[in-house]
Amino acid sequence: MSKSYYDPSDLRKFGNITDWNEELGKKFFDYYEKVFEEGALTAREKSLIALAVSHVVKCPYCIDAYTQDGLKRGITKEEMIEAVHAGAAIESGATLVHGVQMMNKYKKLSM
Amino acid sequence: MLAKSLKKRENELANAKRQLKILSQGIFENGELPMFNAQLEAVNKSVLKSKALEILQINVGYMCNQVCAHCHVDAGPDRKEIMTRKTMQQCLDVIKKTGAHTLDLTGGAPEMNPNFKWFVVEATKIGVKDFIVRSNLTIITANKKYYDLPEFFKKYNIHVISSMPHWTKGKTDNQRGDGVFNASIKALKMLNAVGYGMPESKLKLDLVYNPSGAFLPGNQDALEFDFKKALLSDFNIQFHQLFSITNLPISRFLDYLLASDNYNDYMYSLVEAFNPAAVENVMCTNTLSVSWDGWLYDCDFNQMLELKVNSSVQHISKFNKEALSDRTICVSQHCYGCTAGSGSSCQGTVA
Repeated sequence: MSKSYYDPSDLRKFGNITDWNEELGKKFFDYYEKVFEEGALTAREKSLIALAVSHVVKCPYCIDAYTQDGLKRGITKEEMIEAVHAGAAIESGATLVHGVQMMNKYKKLSM
Repeated sequence: MLAKSLKKRENELANAKRQLKILSQGIFENGELPMFNAQLEAVNKSVLKSKALEILQINVGYMCNQVCAHCHVDAGPDRKEIMTRKTMQQCLDVIKKTGAHTLDLTGGAPEMNPNFKWFVVEATKIGVKDFIVRSNLTIITANKKYYDLPEFFKKYNIHVISSMPHWTKGKTDNQRGDGVFNASIKALKMLNAVGYGMPESKLKLDLVYNPSGAFLPGNQDALEFDFKKALLSDFNIQFHQLFSITNLPISRFLDYLLASDNYNDYMYSLVEAFNPAAVENVMCTNTLSVSWDGWLYDCDFNQMLELKVNSSVQHISKFNKEALSDRTICVSQHCYGCTAGSGSSCQGTVA
């Protein structure tokens, strides 16, 4: 057992999830693969969305995987950082919009 | 100022035996990853055998005007290994009798060999179906004595294949050196101007894409689409095909992988992407690589690792079709580079 919660080499073992429940594991990976195929959005666009979401959900495995995926696709660092900012902006916006709730509550409780 | 080659710096990785040792140690020695031989056996291919010779690839010298960070040749201005006219003549004698449909000149910068033009003219007289020169592009603009290369290539109907790691300046210059991107763009425009790479043109201009770092190339067709779109819209440049080539873990790229602590992960990526379908079409089975001094190898990578062909004939001067046919290809762990994903060869993907 590793002494840290996250081990970079665990990313390579992701597929082993299927070992303990083949049916669900297989359904997940089939779904996952299908999602990232070319569709109404290009696979390239989906890779950038995945990179942004990876940051929002703060998944080091996903950041590792989708930085590599972007490099393989020739995605530039300028495109990658804009995607990360888009994710970060939504995440900080989601925090900040709750400020309206605070303001409402403040006003309601104040004379 | 250009960097020096590993050889000039007397770096241990300039030594082929040292490279082969590294490729057999660590994660391969301790059994974490299978040796390439064992991987072949696992897919019922105990040995790789050569098939009919289709491509004769001649390395006319390791001298180059660039010092690319990933170069498997360790080429550069300080490399003095240059093919002599005598060896070129021996190559010409062989071209006449091989039946190979493709002649592929590489280097270094092949154009820097003082007998380059003579050799091209003489080889053209023999008549091969596809006559390739692997030009690094910047040589065309490096000195006025090379400015006529586009016209020269056109006159002899040379198929030009050039390296371009990205359609942006930053990534290109990081891999190939400062100023390489702008010089390459200028050279591509010169080639386009004489008809190379234009739609419907018979003057073939293809680009080679090598990843600029420790990652595998993406889908070749998708990359070609992006390259074409960007080069056309940004520079009004056209070309025919894009060949994506995986960087093999030897020479300067091996040095980079080790120094950046990417070696193990990269080897894992290659091994995990092992594709038996790519094994069927690896280039070493239909190619013969000739070094500047006339020795014969299964491919340009084996040439750099000094793994001569498994045959009673090992030099161009003794060329014998029968002795070289059905030979066992020399393999080591670097071969995983050609069998990963869609495969990799000097002509791009193979599966």
